[in-house]
Amino acid sequence: MRFRVNITRNEGLSDPEGVETARALADLGYDEVGEVHFGRTITLELSGEDAAAATARVTEMCRRLLANPVIEDYTIEEIE
Amino acid sequence: MKTAVVVFPGSNCENDMVYALGLLGADAELVWHRETDLTEFDGVVLPGGFAHGDYLRTGAIARFSPVMAEVGRMATEGKPVLGICNGFQILCEAGLLPGALVANRDLRFICRPVHVRVEQTNSVLTRAATPGQVLAIPLNSYEGNFTAPPDVLADIDAGNAAVLRYCDADGVVDETTNPNGSAHSIAGLTNAAGNVAGLMPHPERAVEDILGSSDGRVLLESYIATLAAEVPA
Repeated sequence: MRFRVNITRNEGLSDPEGVETARALADLGYDEVGEVHFGRTITLELSGEDAAAATARVTEMCRRLLANPVIEDYTIEEIE
Repeated sequence: MKTAVVVFPGSNCENDMVYALGLLGADAELVWHRETDLTEFDGVVLPGGFAHGDYLRTGAIARFSPVMAEVGRMATEGKPVLGICNGFQILCEAGLLPGALVANRDLRFICRPVHVRVEQTNSVLTRAATPGQVLAIPLNSYEGNFTAPPDVLADIDAGNAAVLRYCDADGVVDETTNPNGSAHSIAGLTNAAGNVAGLMPHPERAVEDILGSSDGRVLLESYIATLAAEVPA
């Protein structure tokens, strides 16, 4: 099984890459762009057949290591 | 009175730290991050560098190094625990200090002396200093921008947990004297008990005039004085 974890910085917290990219997009004329937020994608390959159990394990991995719950949120999707 | 200085794979300030602590009269010894027994030590320093390559997030993998169980034990027992730069990031990741450190506001690696103002003197980092004292100490980081959710920042303010703030040579704290965008210009933090502290600037690089400043001494002397003090159980 393959899972994709998307990790994003919580809104309202410092995201300098997002701020700079928003500025560059504005310079290019994309006036419709408001805030830009950066994130991180992690793809995990897991053994086993039980998708629900695997999702629970990946959630635990996110909570303990892959994301920093102080400043980040995450979503998990099974991709294969 | 003996302090450990932890070496993670990727640490690079550990020898400077041992030298500086020795210069100030402390018995400091390097310990590898896989060490699981620090009972012979009265305190522990997590030095600067790029532990575990800073992969995933700064400090994210280091916080699970075997030695961190002992660091947590010492923090709970009231023993002095000090994190500098990457060590500060590791303490935040480990939840021993609040908040997190992210990329600098201007996305530049900052490597220059900065000024910091001593905000309170009830911590392992500042007990030998004077409130309002301004110190010139080198900053050397890309991810030194302190951030935290609003409720955590409110707790930091309410608990007087910010021990150092970025300022100018006159001690003025505002956005123009904030080198990296840190929330509330926070350069250093302590926990509620005052025995765990972290800061982004490098006091161990400011301990002799030939280095350009000896202002870091008072911070390391605070740590050493705490090592020597009776620690309440």
